Amino acid sequence: MKRIFVNEEWCLGCHLCEYNCAFANSGMKNMALALKGKKIFPKIHVYGNDKINFAVSCRHCEDPLCVKACISGALHIKDGRVCIDKTKCVGCYSCIMVCPYGSLSVGETGVASKCELCLDNACGSPACVKGCPNNAIVYEER
Amino acid sequence: MKQYVIIGNGIAAAGCIEGIRKTDNDTPITVISGEKYPVYCRPLISYYLQGKTALEKMDYRNKTFYADNGCNVIYGKTAEKIDPEDHTVLLSDGKNIPYTKLLVAAGSSPFVPHFDGIETVEKKFSFMTLDDTLSLEKAICKNSKVLIIGAGLIGLKCAEGLKDRVGKITVCDLAKNVLSSILDDDTAPAVQAHLEQNGIEFFMSDSVKSFDGNVALMQSGKQVDFDVLVTAVGVRPNTALISGIGGEVNRGIVVDTKMQTSVPDIYAAGDCSEGYDLSVDKNRVLALLPNAYMGGFTAGVNMAGGNKEFDNAIPMNSIGFMEIHIMTAGNYIAEKDGGTVFCKKTENDIRKFFVKEDELKGYILVGNVLGGGIYTYLIREKIPISTLDFENLQNDPNFFAFSEEIRRKKFGGVV
Amino acid sequence: MALLFYPEFEVIRNENRCIACRVCERQCANEVHSFDSQTGRMIADETKCVNCQRCVSLCPTRALKIVKSNCNFKENANWQDDTIKEIYKQANSGGVLLSSMGNPKPFPVYWDKILINASQVTNPSIDPLREPMETKVFLGKKPNHIERDKDGKLKFDLSPQLELSMPIMFSAMSYGSISYNAHKSLATAAEELGICYNTGEGGLHEDFYVYGKNTIVQVASGRFGVHEDYLKAGAAVEIKMGQGAKPGIGGHLPGAKIVADVSRTRMIPEGSDAISPAPHHDIYSIEDLRQLVYSLKEATEYKKPIIVKVAAVHNIAAIASGIARSGADIIAIDGFRGGTGAAPTRIRDNVGIPVELALAAVDKRLRDEGIRNNVSLVVGGSIRSASDVVKAIALGADACYIATAALLALGCHLCRTCQSGKCNWGIATQKPELVKRLNPEIGKKHLVNLMTAWRHEIKELMGGMGINSIEALKGNRLMLRGIGMTEKELEILGISHAGE
Repeated sequence: MKRIFVNEEWCLGCHLCEYNCAFANSGMKNMALALKGKKIFPKIHVYGNDKINFAVSCRHCEDPLCVKACISGALHIKDGRVCIDKTKCVGCYSCIMVCPYGSLSVGETGVASKCELCLDNACGSPACVKGCPNNAIVYEER
Repeated sequence: MKQYVIIGNGIAAAGCIEGIRKTDNDTPITVISGEKYPVYCRPLISYYLQGKTALEKMDYRNKTFYADNGCNVIYGKTAEKIDPEDHTVLLSDGKNIPYTKLLVAAGSSPFVPHFDGIETVEKKFSFMTLDDTLSLEKAICKNSKVLIIGAGLIGLKCAEGLKDRVGKITVCDLAKNVLSSILDDDTAPAVQAHLEQNGIEFFMSDSVKSFDGNVALMQSGKQVDFDVLVTAVGVRPNTALISGIGGEVNRGIVVDTKMQTSVPDIYAAGDCSEGYDLSVDKNRVLALLPNAYMGGFTAGVNMAGGNKEFDNAIPMNSIGFMEIHIMTAGNYIAEKDGGTVFCKKTENDIRKFFVKEDELKGYILVGNVLGGGIYTYLIREKIPISTLDFENLQNDPNFFAFSEEIRRKKFGGVV
Repeated sequence: MALLFYPEFEVIRNENRCIACRVCERQCANEVHSFDSQTGRMIADETKCVNCQRCVSLCPTRALKIVKSNCNFKENANWQDDTIKEIYKQANSGGVLLSSMGNPKPFPVYWDKILINASQVTNPSIDPLREPMETKVFLGKKPNHIERDKDGKLKFDLSPQLELSMPIMFSAMSYGSISYNAHKSLATAAEELGICYNTGEGGLHEDFYVYGKNTIVQVASGRFGVHEDYLKAGAAVEIKMGQGAKPGIGGHLPGAKIVADVSRTRMIPEGSDAISPAPHHDIYSIEDLRQLVYSLKEATEYKKPIIVKVAAVHNIAAIASGIARSGADIIAIDGFRGGTGAAPTRIRDNVGIPVELALAAVDKRLRDEGIRNNVSLVVGGSIRSASDVVKAIALGADACYIATAALLALGCHLCRTCQSGKCNWGIATQKPELVKRLNPEIGKKHLVNLMTAWRHEIKELMGGMGINSIEALKGNRLMLRGIGMTEKELEILGISHAGE
């Protein structure tokens, strides 16, 4: 299965991935309309300092702890992807408690939020990868 | 005929079914479910009261879960007795079910202590099952005054669930602190204060001495008027099935890291079991949903002839009450045991870390819990703290505090 | 108080589009953009803007554009805006004005006044998609006539040759003036394309010895980074006598750019200025040059062709004639529009001549003297497209050097402030956080794409002329016509006017 991998050697810490993620998952057609004046809730986060940066999003583990820890059955595996049914999530954050990568975050509505590889939104493949100016984030089989 | 039998139909049972099907796709599975519902998410009952979820959203798995996994579920019957010689389970309706491998995932039962005059209380409930919840829901109205005995996870979750649906909520507990099983003196008062701001009344270090109809006389001499009583003092693992046949039982049914009991071909998982707890390096009952699933899953794999160990269970809780979030894991014994405790308090945030012998042993986060899984990972994998920028990590849990090599390994390949 | 003037560029931010993502702020090494937390809006300090367009390129909502300021001084055809500003700058600083990249002044570009022929009716054109088409060239001394042994078989005692899959090479840019990642992009692309790149006067980083067969190693007046292994590592050795952007002067790489790796590669102390003298202090005549040529041939056991690179200056034909007799195998001529990492503005903009004229003059002179086969000719200094290459070959070149075009493919936006060392595109900088902006995988891909595209175009242009081998185009000036040129210009270029 294709997954997202990051290479900090090329990450510029520009944070474009976060904005591309938020836009891709906004359901809107124009980024400015989608994001202007709003706090964004991306599913990928860039960490680091002024020299070293790296982006973290869901690793789509083969044996995902978050799915096992989910108390509501909201997290599930769909064709190898770890997906979330937001209508089932109650925001207990057990997934955040067990994710060893710190990949999950909290969405706008207070329930857990995670990368689903953009396969179900209009982008069709990870928006963070498409928009990365330096190929620091790639989407491939490894 | 070969068949797996699972006593219980909770999260451990679901884990077991999925564990079995990882290795064995054919052998039938029979599930004995005392409750009349497919596996649902018990911790959601308070969210149901709160209106954050609906009955149809509480199923743990989708509607075709049992059919897809070749399971036959017997609803509304309980297992009365196991015959380990014959490999059969006697049901409450007198039927015998044969098993090849058996999982006991019988869960736990609420512990209700005796109070004088309790028989005079008209509306009294436990808060464990969906049926408890539905009965409680029928008994309350907008003006109800609810008394909850027990300020633990169940009691406070119940309080949160009821908060906007009743007139007044009073919580009492013999312990000094709320959530005494997961919080300490540094953190509990903040949580209690937050709940008090949200209108919950507390009687701590106090409990009911006796009841007289709708009045509770407290040990302190105070009186509490109420019309609905919820007892959430604690739970007891259901161990009788195994103790009845001479299997090893302590507080819970004793299992090894493969989730096997002392009785051949019988496994146990979930709230009824007592398995290995990495954080204290001995067996303990860890009645937590993630552990129930992982224990059940491990048992399932092993029952089907696979080989899996569950040797990194630790206590952990992630729970929110009225917009304040709490995440805890591991143990806090470092505090008394020559370890180091790091505690950072800000206006909305408490972060406490228990370190001993260069390892993180436990943590408590109140407020901001994002990235907490990285701390859990440190505990479970026993990562030497000295290899990290731990100072930085305490405020900001992310992999910047780790070495470049670890980051490359973690983010550069399939995990 | 310093003489002040309105900034050259204005940052135009479309507030309806700006989402304050702060990418512009994070990406601008010149610190033009900043976030104002009070208003939640982005603000800009235009005085620092160099119009490199990094922010424009990365802005996800296309909220930004950089425009040339229209706040001008009173109109004056003689004292134009730039002239006045330069005066102010010098009045403030007392220093020589510095510039980068090629001469931007509106001098004639002869490539644009030359038209290429095509076959019609009387001789067939060739479809490169259907028929084989050869773009391979060999650079080096060629025999004047074929020799056979007594059995009638051809004698093959050729001088060393540089084999290129197409008549283009990446010209000299030193490690130091450009980044490690830029060098790696050039080296890996050259390898994949089967052409050569050139180290410039910066030595060869130890990581790049593996690309030796696609590397031209340069020996310049500073002799930085030159040692035996270096000379032997390359496919050819180039003696740099001059550079088109700054003929007659040396180079100066500031100590700030001599970081650890650069210092090791150049074999000079970290932080010390790398000053290349104007002349080679051991070369004052063709005879001296001959000594260096042969020293290098000795050092490389006569296995590598020696290139002598000179700037196109007034008496270039005579100079080339001398070089062709010095033992050099290849002459590289760099025209006055060639780029640089830093040059005094007055020199860049006023010294030297166009390479088109230099090439035509040199090729003619060498033919007239019967020594054209002594050397191959490589020309550079603003070769911008496949048609420029075709025209250069038809004027008599064996191959072309490109550098500015290659940098553009790597992301350069020709802001011409390489000298600042703060290249936002990760090319002309040694700052690690900027260098990493150029991922050599991407750089290589863009270079390979560009050269592949040019190769297709060269084949199409050749096919149109009914020529199926680049060798058959070389010096074939009948394929060219001039347009809008004077008699003298046509005479120097050796071509007829369009319509003739």
